[in-house]
Amino acid sequence: MGMYRDRPDSVSGLVRDREVHRDVYVNPEIFEIEMEQLFRNVWIYVGHDSQIKNPGDYLTTEIGRQPILAVRHSDGSVNVLHNRCPHKGVKIASESCGNTGKFFRCPYHAWSFRTDGSLLAIPLRKGYDGTGFADTRAAKGLARVAAVANYKGFIFARLTATGPDFHEYFGESLSTIDNLVDRSPEGKVAICSSPIKYMHTCNWKMLVENQTDTCHPMVAHESSAGTAIKVWDREKDDSGETPMAVQVYAPFASPYEFFEKAGIRVWPNGHGHTGVSNSIHAKYSGVGGYVERMEEAYGPEKAHAILGQVRHNTVYFPNVMVKETVQILRNFIPLAVDKTLVESWVFRLEGAPDEFYRRALMYNRLINAPTSIVGHDDLEMYERAQEGLRSNGTEWVNLQRLYEDDEGADDTAVINGTSERQMRNQFAAWAKYMTLNMSGKAQ
Amino acid sequence: MTPERIAEFIYREARTLDLMQWDEWLGMFLEDGRYWMPLEWQQTDPELEPSLMFEDMLLLKVRVERLAGERTFSQKPKSRCHHLLQAPQILSIDSEQGKCSARTSFLYSETRGDALERFSGWATHELVETDGGLKISLKRIDLINFDAPFGNIQLFM
Repeated sequence: MGMYRDRPDSVSGLVRDREVHRDVYVNPEIFEIEMEQLFRNVWIYVGHDSQIKNPGDYLTTEIGRQPILAVRHSDGSVNVLHNRCPHKGVKIASESCGNTGKFFRCPYHAWSFRTDGSLLAIPLRKGYDGTGFADTRAAKGLARVAAVANYKGFIFARLTATGPDFHEYFGESLSTIDNLVDRSPEGKVAICSSPIKYMHTCNWKMLVENQTDTCHPMVAHESSAGTAIKVWDREKDDSGETPMAVQVYAPFASPYEFFEKAGIRVWPNGHGHTGVSNSIHAKYSGVGGYVERMEEAYGPEKAHAILGQVRHNTVYFPNVMVKETVQILRNFIPLAVDKTLVESWVFRLEGAPDEFYRRALMYNRLINAPTSIVGHDDLEMYERAQEGLRSNGTEWVNLQRLYEDDEGADDTAVINGTSERQMRNQFAAWAKYMTLNMSGKAQ
Repeated sequence: MTPERIAEFIYREARTLDLMQWDEWLGMFLEDGRYWMPLEWQQTDPELEPSLMFEDMLLLKVRVERLAGERTFSQKPKSRCHHLLQAPQILSIDSEQGKCSARTSFLYSETRGDALERFSGWATHELVETDGGLKISLKRIDLINFDAPFGNIQLFM
């Protein structure tokens, strides 16, 4: 018998005010419970509706361990369905995306389903006459995911029928998605290409924590950002223009004071972001014609307010990060207790110059790719942590930087940018949603 | 500009990488040369479609210099690499313009500590004749599984 299943007190006990137990990163049972409980109880990112523009377009993904598909129906609506034939369990769609036409057809026995999930036809249907088939779960077709929200094109789903409402769950954190969308003069963003995928042999939460860890860049990325600065200083020409790639790399070497002043904002339910008043993305050189297009679309005041928001990383708990300034969404997909697939998606700002898309794609390959030197620095640290946590020297991980006694678990607050409070915020939400629907008695 | 000379150049380039003679390797590129790893099948645009790498000499120099850095922890211990090449297929020779291109099927291995990762694909070289001999204007690496999630790739294919 496991130590944690159906024992909410034992699970909650892994999270203290200022530290967490290593089992949250290394214990396979905890990982299984995360998939069964946490990822079922909260809103999980499914995809963007520009990926399924036309009727019959679909994409496949997983929520926790459950195969899911999202499909555009003939009436234009998006349906999020369990990717499992109600007959024998075969996955209906196996590719990451495609177009299924007017219906899905199971490749095993040719049961077919409309793109709203309803059962269309079964071969030799007479064989079910008089068997009470009409009353079965199978007769209803592909099961729908309990709760779906399409927020400005960003599709999220929750597997449990009851739970936090979408807006209640994300609250003010949606302001980052708002800003990303607003940065398009047409108020529209789209995914036009595949994500960069990067396999990490570490627990998924290490990656999420790192998104708001502002005390690591000047240390871990000295090797990449520091070298980029050094090489550019030596090689630079007299043009006075710093290449975009150097503008991307160099701010990773910014000193502690920079991040302290930039600030962190925490929101309820584990969401939060770095870069409140300044960020490593704030000083990128302008793109000709863009500000004018924004002013035309929104009026000067609103346009400058939109562009003045330069947040660094916004964490959508549990496993998504959005950068509005370079139009990137990173999805940290847990595969095993020590294995995480990172998909980094780039959005195109409709109506903005191509230069923005070029820049976002460049950022993605320089920072988020398996060929990224910044990525190499980070993955090395995660892997060492995954190994180091086996040590019995201590079983606890320290997260107490700038801890304050009056921190509420579900507060909204703006704090010093080198605080580890957003990590504490995530773990408070983690404990809450791990145990929300957990059966078992308090011990 | 003969097929033999082009092949010899491509073999020498691979040998330079296997021997980790990075500066000599960088010297085989034109000043405005590029190293490109596409992320799409038969990709045509390196910048408006996603690529794994599309680097000029400045960025390649950053990589090479980082490999030797005192605080480059992902290179402790240092990675090694091995190129197994098929004979290059000459795609074009334009002696008048001093340009040629070749496609070379490869197996590539890279170590990280005790682990060894293998990759398969095709390298396409676009070469230019200069006073200093042949130089690379573009080296393009197409992996057969470009769309799969990889762990760290730290050296050069």
